[in-house]
Amino acid sequence: MKQPQTSRRSFLALAALTPFAAMTATACGTSGPGTSSAGGGASMWYLSGEPNQTTMQKAVDAFGSANPDNKIAVTYFQNDAYKTKTKTAIGAGQAPTIIYGWGGGTLKTYAEANQVDDLTSWFEENKDVKDKFFPSSFGAATVNGKIYALPNQYVAPIVLFYNKELFEKAGAQPPKTWDDVMSLVKTFNDMGVAPFSLGGQSRWTSMMWLEYLLDRIGGAEVFNAIFEGKPNAWMDPAVIETGTKIQELVSADGFIKGFSSIAADSNADQALLFTGKAAMMLHGSWTYGAMKKGGQNFVQDGKLGFVQFPTVAGGKGDPKNGVGNPAQYMSISSKATDQEKETAKKFFKDGILTETVIDTYINSGSVPIVNGIEDKLNASPDKDFLNFVYDLAKNAPNFQQSWDQALSPTAAEALLNNIDQLFLKSITPRQFAENMNATLGK
Amino acid sequence: MSNAVSTAPKTATRGRTEGGQSGQRNAALAWLTLPALFFFLVFAVVPLAGVLILSFSSWDGIGAIGSAGMGNWFSVLADPGLYNALGLTFLIMIASWLVQTPISLLLGVFTAGSQRYRAALAVLYFLPLLLSSAAVAIAFKALLDPNFGLATGLGLPFLARDWLGVPHLALGLVIFVIAWQFVPFHTLIYQGGVRQIPKSLYEAAEIDGAGTIKQFFHITLPQLKYTIITSSTLMVVGSLTYFDLIFVLTGGGPGNSTRILALDMYLRGFRANLMGPASVIAVILVLIGLALALFLQRLGGKDKQGSQLEGM
Repeated sequence: MKQPQTSRRSFLALAALTPFAAMTATACGTSGPGTSSAGGGASMWYLSGEPNQTTMQKAVDAFGSANPDNKIAVTYFQNDAYKTKTKTAIGAGQAPTIIYGWGGGTLKTYAEANQVDDLTSWFEENKDVKDKFFPSSFGAATVNGKIYALPNQYVAPIVLFYNKELFEKAGAQPPKTWDDVMSLVKTFNDMGVAPFSLGGQSRWTSMMWLEYLLDRIGGAEVFNAIFEGKPNAWMDPAVIETGTKIQELVSADGFIKGFSSIAADSNADQALLFTGKAAMMLHGSWTYGAMKKGGQNFVQDGKLGFVQFPTVAGGKGDPKNGVGNPAQYMSISSKATDQEKETAKKFFKDGILTETVIDTYINSGSVPIVNGIEDKLNASPDKDFLNFVYDLAKNAPNFQQSWDQALSPTAAEALLNNIDQLFLKSITPRQFAENMNATLGK
Repeated sequence: MSNAVSTAPKTATRGRTEGGQSGQRNAALAWLTLPALFFFLVFAVVPLAGVLILSFSSWDGIGAIGSAGMGNWFSVLADPGLYNALGLTFLIMIASWLVQTPISLLLGVFTAGSQRYRAALAVLYFLPLLLSSAAVAIAFKALLDPNFGLATGLGLPFLARDWLGVPHLALGLVIFVIAWQFVPFHTLIYQGGVRQIPKSLYEAAEIDGAGTIKQFFHITLPQLKYTIITSSTLMVVGSLTYFDLIFVLTGGGPGNSTRILALDMYLRGFRANLMGPASVIAVILVLIGLALALFLQRLGGKDKQGSQLEGM
């Protein structure tokens, strides 16, 4: 009688253990693509999705045919899955040679765990590479004064988009101040149109509002203090005022009904703007390309407007300040062999942001982080938007990297969770500040 | 799954094994458990030990593993987030049981009949089980979208609510979708259970003049006792591991209103890089799972010796 008893227990234990099975499976499952190819090649993981996937594949192919001994094997992953996968792979010592990322807090954890190579001296030897890119793009690649990543791709500030058609119908102008925002909320609600589209379930979408508001109210110093982990940095009155303004906007029905169940990954938030269900949307400049492609001539017909985030009366922040992603980044795994590292560096020097790649980015509505591209931008059919983004990025006295990238993963997760609750009004602005204050230094 | 499999052969083999076997044969049979024991060690005991060790360590998943002593345990146990997750886990567990058991019991009894149309219906009922949780979640999310979903498409404004954006609605919806997905599986278990009940019992009852309802309450239900326990165990222990569906459907939101324990563990471990606290939650999950499973087995344990086929 004992036998079946134990076996049942073990079955139950197995059933109960499923969560760890999942944990360990993700930990082991990454060994495949991480181990790099034989010979002088290197491996790289990159994001799937167009147009970037094709652009990258073309760049890698071109580099491979020019350097037959230094081929790069790329594996593509979906955005959110990729973030978890790299983290696990790096922890398991199975990272690809080239680690793609967004710099900031995550790069810092990699650098501090000695998982990525210090590229400072390489950049000193290759001054031309360093001088090619926007100087502002190096901030998020730098940890404790050393450069751990190569900036690449394009600059992606957060922009206030609006539907010109709806504004004409309402006889309104895009907002210049926060008071304009609040009065436009009333205007559009009276018209039966949602003032702002928001994919609140993704949470980082709501975060973009806080980033700009805090900057306009308290100036760049407030978040810089938070980033540096100064004591009580989150308790700055500007943080609480930011939270209060957000909750006022939520209470005034500023965001579309049901915003907290809309996810940005399906682009439903963009669809709300170009189908005329919402009048405005605060979003990354990368949505321009997506709306151009999926928005049924909304962009092509000139119905998409864009302006800088409005100012706040009495605010300390420079209205020219920008927030968003200064660039995307590539690091080299310190676990890679010397040969693989050489290949990666060669690719960094010759393979990335070549003239063809730069043109492809510009054609898809993005501004590559390369100096001296004014002529190319002006030749593009999207020159208004491209110049707007370029000027915003170039003239910003402070370009704040997205908070969830700038902070450590631990603080970033807490931030997103608290932002969600702030927008739901289940915590007060003060509680938000207190909860976040407890994460300082984590 | 394991329970469904293990109860059935047990009743079948008992007759054979109890019939005075030599000790030698039993010893030989014991060796046959070695492969199973090996896999159990590798896939259950080793990870469990690993997680237990991790729960006393500080690790961000990338750098070196350091000792944290009881720190993780104290911080997790003092975290209101844990109790919110625990409460939600139990709420979803109980609600799932209350919703799924009557439906799948009745459906199981119904589909156990032999008419051809019932077979066709049984296939239809079974369909949701064939879909992956992620697909189910994505489909429901799209259907329930307040702006582009089914309600707008069909012009049914009363359905156009912010289903996934209001805490209590989202929770209710999660329970509904879980039921939608898992009722077919439990229906199948009950269908099998009902088909095991000897026909002679019903024949006797009919002779005594018992109607369908009386037969259900006095024969079907008592005879299904072990099936109910099996199905409930799977439901209850399984509800501890609902993860994929909720992860895709709501991501734990809005706020923390659907952040159940398994999801909490994942978010802490892989999003917030807090492997230590995540492991604490994993250990708590195992303990709860074991306790619940043992408790449910005890419920039906007293007269286990007696054959279910007594009276035949």
